Amino acid sequence: MIGHAEKAAPFVANEGRVHWHDQALWFVRLKRDRQAESIPEWEDLREAAAAIKAHTLSRIADYLEEFEHNARSNGIQVHWARDGAEHNAIVHRILADRGITRMVKSKSMLTEECHLNPYLEAHGIEVTDTDLGERIVQLRHEPPSHIVLPAIHLKKEDIGELFHKELGTAEGASDPKYLTEAARGHLRQKFMAAQAGLTGVNFAIAETGGFVVCTNEGNADMGTSLPPVHIACMGVEKIVPRAKDLAIFLRLLARSATGQPVTSYTTHFHGPMRGGELHVVIVDNGRSAILGQETFRRSLSCIRCGACMNTCPVFRRSGGYSYGYTVPGPIGSLLAPLRDPRKFGSLPFASSLCGSCSDVCPVKIDLHHELYAFRQELVRKKVVPLYKRFGMAIMSSVLARPWAYRIAGSLMRWIVPRLPRAFVYGPWNPWGRQRELPPMPRHSFRDLIKEESK
Amino acid sequence: MNSRDAILDSLRRNAPPVSPLPDAPAAITYADPERQFAEAFGSVGGKFVRVASLAEVNTELGKFESYTRARKIASLIPDIGRANVDLAALKDPHELEGLDIAIIAGEFGVAENGAVWVPGSTLGPHRAIFVVTQHLVLVVPAGQIVHNMQQAYDRIRLERPGFGIFISGPSKTADIEQALVVGAHGARSCSLFLVGPQGR
Amino acid sequence: MHGDEDSMPKVGLFIPCYVDQLYPQVGLATLRLLRRLGVDVDFPEEQTCCGQPMANSGCAEYTRPLAERFLKIFGKYDHVVAPSGSCVSMVRNHYAQWLEGRPDFDHLRTTTFELCEYLVDIARVVKVDGDFPGKVGLHMSCHGLRELRLGRSSELMVKPFNKVRLLLGQLRGIELVELTRSDECCGFGGTFAVNEEAVSCLMGRDRIADHEKAGAEIIAGFDTSCLMHLDGLIRRENKPLRVMHVAEILERARLS
Repeated sequence: MIGHAEKAAPFVANEGRVHWHDQALWFVRLKRDRQAESIPEWEDLREAAAAIKAHTLSRIADYLEEFEHNARSNGIQVHWARDGAEHNAIVHRILADRGITRMVKSKSMLTEECHLNPYLEAHGIEVTDTDLGERIVQLRHEPPSHIVLPAIHLKKEDIGELFHKELGTAEGASDPKYLTEAARGHLRQKFMAAQAGLTGVNFAIAETGGFVVCTNEGNADMGTSLPPVHIACMGVEKIVPRAKDLAIFLRLLARSATGQPVTSYTTHFHGPMRGGELHVVIVDNGRSAILGQETFRRSLSCIRCGACMNTCPVFRRSGGYSYGYTVPGPIGSLLAPLRDPRKFGSLPFASSLCGSCSDVCPVKIDLHHELYAFRQELVRKKVVPLYKRFGMAIMSSVLARPWAYRIAGSLMRWIVPRLPRAFVYGPWNPWGRQRELPPMPRHSFRDLIKEESK
Repeated sequence: MNSRDAILDSLRRNAPPVSPLPDAPAAITYADPERQFAEAFGSVGGKFVRVASLAEVNTELGKFESYTRARKIASLIPDIGRANVDLAALKDPHELEGLDIAIIAGEFGVAENGAVWVPGSTLGPHRAIFVVTQHLVLVVPAGQIVHNMQQAYDRIRLERPGFGIFISGPSKTADIEQALVVGAHGARSCSLFLVGPQGR
Repeated sequence: MHGDEDSMPKVGLFIPCYVDQLYPQVGLATLRLLRRLGVDVDFPEEQTCCGQPMANSGCAEYTRPLAERFLKIFGKYDHVVAPSGSCVSMVRNHYAQWLEGRPDFDHLRTTTFELCEYLVDIARVVKVDGDFPGKVGLHMSCHGLRELRLGRSSELMVKPFNKVRLLLGQLRGIELVELTRSDECCGFGGTFAVNEEAVSCLMGRDRIADHEKAGAEIIAGFDTSCLMHLDGLIRRENKPLRVMHVAEILERARLS
């Protein structure tokens, strides 16, 4: 299993890039702080959001049934998919049945999780991602590196080069305004020619049978107000009980994600366009299994804001690709191994457990506690290699026996200063690669305390 | 078992014990909600204009370069804007392409974030109008500014079936090196006229 | 000191394994500081380690014997005090997994303190009388900050407070410098320091650079583990910075 540390190595080696990436995301974290400070009841909002999610998860099936009933009466067609494969097949069937071959898509992490794009493309459907960042990584044949800021790992020169090649912009041009204008023109053609628009769902409302999509660019609105067919894909956990609950989440979402008070567009869909169709695909894909795990079920409260990524000192310095999963960062380090512990077993260890993520999470997921708990899962499942577990067994044995501990300590303090430096700082000593070992004192505290007058 | 039933069954089997829905916390209010709204709207890239009457809207619009240079103007508010696009005559929202200015009504504004609620029924025959237009003009009655989103949702009547949207400023993106660019896929600019006697 | 004059509470001094073996002067400073305050301090010799390295590696069953030892050794004291935020967090926030329901555990869990919070909340120290001229950067280690809430973390929108600053800030001549990132993690994180060595060192060097830019001559902290990591980087690069544990700084002052 290639773990996080190995995947991060090329990113980390480029210190200039690391500092730039780190600063860019730290800046977003600061914007979040400024917005949060402006709301005196901020911590109460987080508490309320967490409680609404907890309540919703405890009655989730009822709320989904209520949603389906109300959505249908709004003229929305509701589909259910057990897993990613079924989701892809449903979306494809809706398009194929109508002879649709050109679709525009606005951000949906769920569709990334299900690998929808390659599936549709293999079936002859042109899929254009329309969030500027998503379109950029699509043209580069890369996945997004952050769930809200998909191209955060790219410099404007990288994008300028890409657009020169793909969109015919001037060579060497990298001004963001110029490049965005080029993208506007290019994507406008796609919007105009699209036969269907696909969106994610930020929140689905059980009480009213509708759903909300939040964007700054207006691409979800372009993509769903022009073509007659709108397909919206949602994970089961996106459901909220009542319209008034939206207020709590919308007050938290953009502030946490990008440090804005609200997105430019907060669109409420409660039925198809005149002469059009609106489909909602509700997807499980492992979520009900997570619901059943008491220690990790709170991770289902996630509203995909990305605040945990922006604040995580490890994410900022290793980049989204080092996680190797659709959703990276602290929340991804739970969602990924929940899906596949063996493949993603290094992720819960790619954390210093600093707890900053838990303090910014708008729905108060105890992220760092869950990461700690997951490490125990990985040991129980024997995903953690034997030599590491064995090493800990030895250490535990020594520490449980004061005489052994004292001998080991004295030995260490006696031997290390007498070994040749080249040996001490050999390749077997990862601590010593960039750091000095602590100076080995002659006496331990317990030695010294004997001298201490009482 | 079909997928629907399998999913619902799995969710029921795995659900934790029921916990209660909380009460909403007391939300922020402002000494001068209109001023707060104007500030918030400006901070998200919108242009806020305070006028005493609808007639003044036309006068003020005449000062906008985007308006004077506009070739195609649509208006959903009678007598506001020298509209020359007959929205009812358009068979298809694609025909909106090329629209320079769209003038639409907002029902109310939200002080905490500069958002304006626009019910779908006020968008005319083609709801795409608010996003296809190059420039958007919102007209909102004074005295219709709520303090916060919690008050907003107490007030909204969601049209079912239907559509509704909070619009807060022009479209924008910061996807290229976090540099804010106003005018992504939707309107390049968003101006708002708050209309009515001062001090309301 | 505003305390209980009638019966002197007996305090068990908990010295983390790496402090005992590698930074004994921190243990000594803690002991002297408490004694001078008039606290009846006892150092139970049989103690070794709280078990954090095992727990952080997910090896719950190898942590159990250490948690049980800890309860047996320290359960009898009125209070337990340690010059470490992360070890105290282990006892207060994580020991329940192995010790929930044991007769002395609830007492242990509610009476184990990191040094600064003990001084402020229990010993009720209000005056710190001493000289410490110099520019000091305060490193608010993550477990102490976000698990024990020794101060307000920058993410949380609550009234600002900082128990460590409360103590250090009173020293005459001390200048607590202003960092650009007041509470970013240093990158130690236990086994993280070794498993993710590259990122760990990047994080540590960024912290050091922040302190340097702020003009700090000394990096002060309440967790020697963080200081050990930062010091390792500082000494490798021969930087003119020093690290000190808050116990070593407060030792020179008179507390009341």
